[in-house]
Amino acid sequence: MGQRVAIVGTGQTDHKSSRKDVNGVELIQEATARALEDAGLRRQDIDAVVIGNMDHFEGINYVDMWSIDGNGGLHKPVMKVTTGGTTGTTVAIAGYYHVASGLFDTVLAIGWEKNSESDTTAAIITCADPFWERPTFGGAVAGLAGAACEYMHRYGITERDAALIAVRDRKNALKNPYAHLRKEITVEDVLNSPMLAYPIKLLDMCPRSDGACAIVFASEDKTKCITDKPAWVHQVSSRHNFTFFTDVERAGRMPTLYEACMDIYKNEGIKNPLHELDVVEMYVPSSFAGLVWIDALGVCDEGGAARLVSDGVTEMDGELPINPSGGVISTNCIGATGLIRVAEAAMQISGKAGEHQIDGAELALATGFGGCQWSDVLLIGSSKPN
Amino acid sequence: MVNEEIVYHGRIKVPYSWSVGEYGSRFFYELKENKKIWATKCPKCKKVFTPPRKTCPDCFVPIGEWVEVGPNGTLITFTIVRYSAQIHPIPPPFAIGIIQLDRAETGLVHLIGGVEVEGIRSGMRVKPAFKEDRGGSLLDISYFEPVE
Ligand SMILES: [Zn+2]
Repeated sequence: MGQRVAIVGTGQTDHKSSRKDVNGVELIQEATARALEDAGLRRQDIDAVVIGNMDHFEGINYVDMWSIDGNGGLHKPVMKVTTGGTTGTTVAIAGYYHVASGLFDTVLAIGWEKNSESDTTAAIITCADPFWERPTFGGAVAGLAGAACEYMHRYGITERDAALIAVRDRKNALKNPYAHLRKEITVEDVLNSPMLAYPIKLLDMCPRSDGACAIVFASEDKTKCITDKPAWVHQVSSRHNFTFFTDVERAGRMPTLYEACMDIYKNEGIKNPLHELDVVEMYVPSSFAGLVWIDALGVCDEGGAARLVSDGVTEMDGELPINPSGGVISTNCIGATGLIRVAEAAMQISGKAGEHQIDGAELALATGFGGCQWSDVLLIGSSKPN
Repeated sequence: MVNEEIVYHGRIKVPYSWSVGEYGSRFFYELKENKKIWATKCPKCKKVFTPPRKTCPDCFVPIGEWVEVGPNGTLITFTIVRYSAQIHPIPPPFAIGIIQLDRAETGLVHLIGGVEVEGIRSGMRVKPAFKEDRGGSLLDISYFEPVE
């Protein structure tokens, strides 16, 4: 299990579709400075830095060195981690591993992306095998659409069922000052928006954002000196399975997410996640995924997610609020996206989520999604882990 | 301060030569020369893989047995792409789907054609439409079309 580790500070940039006022390094610095400020630390207090993004999105292959002015790692160990969509959660897990190992006391984890700087679809296709799948692949939206279509067919789910996810997340975003898209939408708006790849329409889909996020991880001894409201890392889990999209899209609920969640529940002794979890920050790239993957959280039977959502269970005042921050459908700076889930989960535990705070949240789950189709999951809590 | 935010434009164009390997070569050769689709079968769990795998990801043992699959199959799921992107194989609207070839246990992603996109249904029986000029790639099949 390693040493106890807590999240003692988080920082996010002002996310937008294009941040032309800053270059990549300056964007990273904005998040780093805010995380340090939140923790009440200086750059000198940090022992090591873990940073990640997707190389193809900016054409920058050595962010560890390139962004030294912004990442705070001058003359310190800096490690770059890139795992596609899960980059942000993997950066968090790597930051946690650094401290849990006992080798480092305070570690800064940073995720960032400037999606405005390249062709996101062209870059994302590098996650499909070059000769088995890329020649006939339709891009990220089409990949998600195939899986959505399969789920609808299997469980009799409608486009309207899925639209409720987008409506929920966009409504929650109104209360998050850092969210990129902050405009309320209706089910009709979603259904009437342009079809991208059946059944996914424009408003079912996440945007592309410019933004960065940073988190400070600290050992138990350091945590005592930094804050009296730490967000303890209780569990982390990561699962990988298939090489090809073709295997994934026939899989129903996402197996890697299900297995990672079950691993966490078992290790934590969680019997009834629906009741025992207080909030979930879920990596939901499209409304359909947001539906299917609720099944994977193990909070309902397979195919039962639509009912939970339409019953209001996942709303801010429901039994298990999902994405109080507005989620990925409101903000998607890809290398930061997973890390924002972890930061938001920690903010809920430390009571720092402001207007989108879930009162009394003591146990929060954060998930990350990558390519075809792996998962990271972290469990964050207010009590000191065993 | 500034009243204009300047953007510097660049472009990276990198050629690649991807080795498909011995197993991939055999698969593409059969496609090109004989219009046949072959798969590999795990000696332990008996799973039949297309694309062919050299190692079973689960049992983690080498696979030596080849079995012919298809050419017909079942459309497991599909989507109709309506947005334009440089990386698309053809201009929208077009359909891509996952085909489970007869006797195979994994899927193959390919274009669905020979039919109006509105007429495509999950569970539909499909067959490959081979190109006349074949060069040894998945695109030696133009698309999968309904079996009439
Ligand atoms: Zn096997």
